[in-house]
Amino acid sequence: MSVMTTEKFLVEARHVKKYFPIRSGLLSRVTGNVKAVDDVSFGIREGETFGLVGESGCGKSTLGRVMLNLKGATGGEVLFQGQNIHAAGSRELRQLRQEMQIIFQDPMGSLNPRFLVSDLIGEPLRLHRRMSAKQIDDRVCELMELVGLDVSRRNRYPHEFSGGQRQRIGIARALALEPKFIVADEAVSALDVSVQSQVLNLMMKLQKDLGLTYLFIAHGLNVVRHISSRVGVMYLGKIVEVSPTDGLFAKPLHPYTAVLMSAIPTPTPGRKRERIILQGDVPSPANPPSGCRFHTRCPFVQARCRSEEPLLRTLEGDRQVACHYPLI
Amino acid sequence: MTQNLLEVRNLTTGFHTERGFVKATDRVSLAIQEGQTLCIVGESGSGKSVTSLAIMRLIDYAGGFIESGEVLFKGDNLAAKKQTDMMRIRGSKMSMIFQDPMSALNPVFSVGDQIAETLRIHKHMSDKAAWNKAVEMLRLVGIPSPEIRARQYPHEMSGGMCQRVVIAMALACDPELLIADEPTTALDVTVQAQILDLLAKLKRELNTSILLITHDMGVAAEIADRIAVMYAGAIVEEGAVDEVFEQPRHPYTIGLLRSIPGIEGERGGELYTIKGSIPSINELPSGCRFHPRCPHVMERCLREEPPLMADERGHRAACWLDEVPKEGA
Repeated sequence: MSVMTTEKFLVEARHVKKYFPIRSGLLSRVTGNVKAVDDVSFGIREGETFGLVGESGCGKSTLGRVMLNLKGATGGEVLFQGQNIHAAGSRELRQLRQEMQIIFQDPMGSLNPRFLVSDLIGEPLRLHRRMSAKQIDDRVCELMELVGLDVSRRNRYPHEFSGGQRQRIGIARALALEPKFIVADEAVSALDVSVQSQVLNLMMKLQKDLGLTYLFIAHGLNVVRHISSRVGVMYLGKIVEVSPTDGLFAKPLHPYTAVLMSAIPTPTPGRKRERIILQGDVPSPANPPSGCRFHTRCPFVQARCRSEEPLLRTLEGDRQVACHYPLI
Repeated sequence: MTQNLLEVRNLTTGFHTERGFVKATDRVSLAIQEGQTLCIVGESGSGKSVTSLAIMRLIDYAGGFIESGEVLFKGDNLAAKKQTDMMRIRGSKMSMIFQDPMSALNPVFSVGDQIAETLRIHKHMSDKAAWNKAVEMLRLVGIPSPEIRARQYPHEMSGGMCQRVVIAMALACDPELLIADEPTTALDVTVQAQILDLLAKLKRELNTSILLITHDMGVAAEIADRIAVMYAGAIVEEGAVDEVFEQPRHPYTIGLLRSIPGIEGERGGELYTIKGSIPSINELPSGCRFHPRCPHVMERCLREEPPLMADERGHRAACWLDEVPKEGA
């Protein structure tokens, strides 16, 4: 496989698969699989932000969770600093979890409403570190300052904070154990633009100061472009293109990437871009099309695309694309 | 000479809550001409949805009410109408599309039935005629094999399809005004592009006036003729789409546009931010409601609330800065 290079990645997915069984009938037999993630390989370099984009149902969130072993994999492996986290024992995994954290989309859903903010941020410390109450409190204050929260409000409940502040609580909690790798799953998608820019700035500052590595999952392409050094594009459980951000946005190689780019509405009236309007809807991941999964909607489809599945191959140095006829 | 199809004058709305009266919109005035699209943009809690509900008089059912002001639809004040009269207007002369198409459709009736119902009620069509028209409407909004699709139920369709059905239903009685509240927010970008394309086509072909509510400046830029920017219950800027985007006058609009990461040009630098957060509407600051977050705040902004002041091209902004002679740009 050409994707397996000798390059050192902090986190690497190798042929990762995640299927959800469909059960039906009287005996609840497995009658099919939803292939949420189907044979995905990619690597994230230390200190970079890897953006993962795609439409709803493409499997990007599932992949994010498999990358942390929050969901088991049906096949393949995920290496963190060379160690397969899906083969790790429970004790090893407990160690590994301190290195890998996640920030969720909806802070109201991920923060226990009956916990004080100081408990929420301090919880990982209580579970993983032998620290006195005083030490925990000091660390909580330090973390709150780090993410720009008012320390005097640490004995309040999450509902007393605004959406942007709650997301900062989520970030502080994720940072408590000084992780190396953070998955941000639609971390700014639910925020209003004026608050979104504050949180994005914070995440970028933290990355610089603490040397964090991000997997940034989002559907907002402008946000992904802003924060990521490289971007992976997913469609129906497959990564169809991986590229450094500037190259991807300047010249998408996969037709689906081109379609996604052309669909972004921009706040510049009058400057109408050439828009490719797709026909039809995303096919069901339980029954993906033969050959290239995008062939049913691809504006440039050819006979070969219907029968033969294109593999992710390296093109133009650092760029990879899974298409028989990339847009060169 | 074009005339205003809809004119909202000093609309103040609110809700009765445990803590007393809470204002949701504060003296909102706007106008839509025939065939025009006005977009109301703003962040959550700015009062944009409440404005649309008040225009439809649906606010009565949401626990709120119109405190003062007028909603003139072709010169007729809707704010003073009885709900029984509104029922004849809603769905026929003006209709509405909501954010979540799945919850706007009834799951136990076929989509064709639901479109036909509007026609039977408002246009007194026979069952057969209404059904045929429903199929025709589905074809108009770009649903393939509409004869078959009309017999299907909402759960058999994707989100984008359902939104098309809702649009078909809203347009079935040939309304003069279509109100769309975040019609593409729940949809993916490629589907959003399809729906925006459809709305533009319908606007061209049917000359329907559209009031579109969105938080996405990109969507607004794409479809609007005029833009109204709302902040904490009031309109702070309003004007032709090109002028608002190219020469925004209110510091809030300027800040909003600058804090959106672009898809071209420089990236990765520090994004512009508007400091602080949106005030709660029952704890509005004195004077200008934006002053605690404004980078250009002056002494006068703390005391006096700026009215919407129009320039010679009808571009209105509520900011005292406009009265200060500008040095440079």
